[in-house]
Amino acid sequence: MGERFAAAARLLPDYLGQHVLLSAAALALGFLISLPLVVVASRNARVRWPVLGFASIVQTVPSLALLALFYPLLLAVSTVWEHLFGHGFSALGFLPSLLALTLYSMLPILRNGVTGLTNLDPAVIEAARGVGMTNRQRLLRIELPLAAPVLMAGVRTAAVWVIGGATLSTPVGQTSLGNYIFSGLQVEDWVSVLFGCLAAVALALVADQLLGLIEAGIATRRPRLAWLGLSALLGGVGAAVAGSLAVAGQPAYVVGAKNFAEQYILAAVMTDRIRKQGSPATARVDLGSVIAFRALASNGIDAYIDYSGTVWTTVMNRRDSMPRQQMLQVMTTQLRKDHGVVVLGALGFENAYALAMRRERAESLGIHTISDLAMHAPELRIGGDFEFFARSEWRDLRDKYGLRFREQRQFQPTFLYKAVATNEVDVISAASSDGRIRAYDLVVLEDPKQVIPPYDAIVLLSPARAADPLLRRALGPLVGAIPIDVMREANYMVDRDTNRVAPGEAARWLESKIQRQ
Amino acid sequence: MIAFEGVSKSFDEGRDFAVRDVTFSIPARTFVALVGDSGSGKTTLLKMINRLIEPDQGAVSVDGESVQGMAGYSLRRRIGYVFQGIGLFPHMSVAENIGITPVLLGWSREQIDARTAELIDLVELPRTYLTRMPSELSGGQRQRVGVARALAARPHIMLMDEPFGALDPVTRDTLGSEYRRLHERMGLTTVMVTHDVMEAVLLGDRIIVVRQGEIVADGEPQQLLTEHPDPGVRALMDMPRRQAERVRILMQERAARG
Repeated sequence: MGERFAAAARLLPDYLGQHVLLSAAALALGFLISLPLVVVASRNARVRWPVLGFASIVQTVPSLALLALFYPLLLAVSTVWEHLFGHGFSALGFLPSLLALTLYSMLPILRNGVTGLTNLDPAVIEAARGVGMTNRQRLLRIELPLAAPVLMAGVRTAAVWVIGGATLSTPVGQTSLGNYIFSGLQVEDWVSVLFGCLAAVALALVADQLLGLIEAGIATRRPRLAWLGLSALLGGVGAAVAGSLAVAGQPAYVVGAKNFAEQYILAAVMTDRIRKQGSPATARVDLGSVIAFRALASNGIDAYIDYSGTVWTTVMNRRDSMPRQQMLQVMTTQLRKDHGVVVLGALGFENAYALAMRRERAESLGIHTISDLAMHAPELRIGGDFEFFARSEWRDLRDKYGLRFREQRQFQPTFLYKAVATNEVDVISAASSDGRIRAYDLVVLEDPKQVIPPYDAIVLLSPARAADPLLRRALGPLVGAIPIDVMREANYMVDRDTNRVAPGEAARWLESKIQRQ
Repeated sequence: MIAFEGVSKSFDEGRDFAVRDVTFSIPARTFVALVGDSGSGKTTLLKMINRLIEPDQGAVSVDGESVQGMAGYSLRRRIGYVFQGIGLFPHMSVAENIGITPVLLGWSREQIDARTAELIDLVELPRTYLTRMPSELSGGQRQRVGVARALAARPHIMLMDEPFGALDPVTRDTLGSEYRRLHERMGLTTVMVTHDVMEAVLLGDRIIVVRQGEIVADGEPQQLLTEHPDPGVRALMDMPRRQAERVRILMQERAARG
């Protein structure tokens, strides 16, 4: 407990700094865009309802979906940009997060601003005209100062929303306090999850109080109080960002990882190896499956581990199957040609999608293969992770074996294994290298029709790093060096219920095994 | 001098007229009371002088110059405006409220400070009140500040829309007669809208009665009090006379008993 807390605390300067920078930038941008809109909307009823309507609709989009939507949008813009100006930009990380959160911050500012400006005492407005103010003087001297407290209350609400929403920027590749929550959830490190939640809550409270100070300063016409709040706020942002920069430095190499234990461990192995070669390196974890490849192809990350079957079906859109070696060869040429991505080689183990059941349940029903399963399927319930049922492997399995289940449910991977262990579902989509297969005493059902393609773990390098000697020196020795049982054991060290270790520690253990060979 | 020449105004594209083809003029240094029921168009007439409302037809001129020819805001800086709602700026001190038009006109700090001090004396408030906020004042004190604010840039025309209508009768009477003395002393031209005929009779040099957007009577108070062909105007002007009559009788009875 204390150890895991300390591990979480070590990451705080980086996570907090990035979180603060993102939230502050989104809030400032949202404020700057909203303010002129507020003025126009409060003077013109025909502008008012579309502006407020649009902001309200944005608010009803779940924040995670809003963040996710900006990724393909920016990717398309980046592609066009590249055609026009010769270089694209990363559609991952800071930019999509900033844009989504900026949109998210606008509704409370717009709504409060318009309410504040349209509900002013008409006598005061008449007097402002009567003493000879121009429209501009009336706005700056009378209307904005009088509406400021209501407007500031909206800014406070927006700040709390943005700080909360920023935790969701982790899956699109932006480091934030959400890293604690997403990674913690994956490896069941509840200390990390709690740490992330509390840090985000504390940050929101502090920001709210400082903005409250500014609001009180404006409302009670004590400019010094408002300035105090503002300088404390800016000072806090500056300190957090400086702390983050001091920790991060400028990483020369960025290793990507998807959102499960094996990926965390392998990313740690790779960054350790790059550092040993004398260059700084960081890991960008919790990337979505397809997002990781796109990030690599656009040089947003330098290297990561993917699985041949995944690349085959989701990146290359192939539906056919072919023997392992041949597939790897086709893939190597094709990825190089289409994306400039280098397949450095296979690690030596496979992490395939598989269907797994509790051993005693499978035995009592006499199920050994997926063909056996098909006969019992109508009475059984299946659970899958978030992407399984959307993948072509599942469609192929379903169609070729004629699988019809009584019920189909989706789980976060951690809960997926618990669900089968507690009999909430009978069959789950499992990963063949997962340590929990052994831990929960599950059996992997055979695939006699060979519907599921090979899923060899492969090292991929970005186009910009295709011929990078340091990266090749660091990662080359990993090819063929990790057998399945070693990987499963390393995974299990992170996934098991007791004596669990951090992915970094499992990585060091795995490295010692690689060295011994 | 203020002149109206065939002025009309409709707020519903010509179905009803708030003001219909009105022509009259007000010589300098006159105190005119505009009276009439609510909705008669008297406030519309008043606000067309400083262009808070624009006429549909006809022309309004001030000192021989058409008001349409100048920017509304610079016209309003030359004309004092006091209304029932007072409309003191709640985020500004009394001094800042009084000094606002001079600030807009770009006067120097010293000029503004001297003028605010002069005005606070003129409306008979203690100078310590200059640093107070409007929320710390009574209704009567607020309207004194409202009058001071209107006078700040030394206008020679004052427009007043039921200025004392929301005050208690004693304060109202005091402020009314004090203002009348200011009007004399500073040689102002004042147009005051009121629905209180007694107030109009006691303060005005001239009374204009407005009904359904048209002028139905225009003359000195004594003249209108004695005789007028229009029965509506007679009924209106009868009221102050009857009230005064009743008060006189009451006083006589009391004197006879005592």
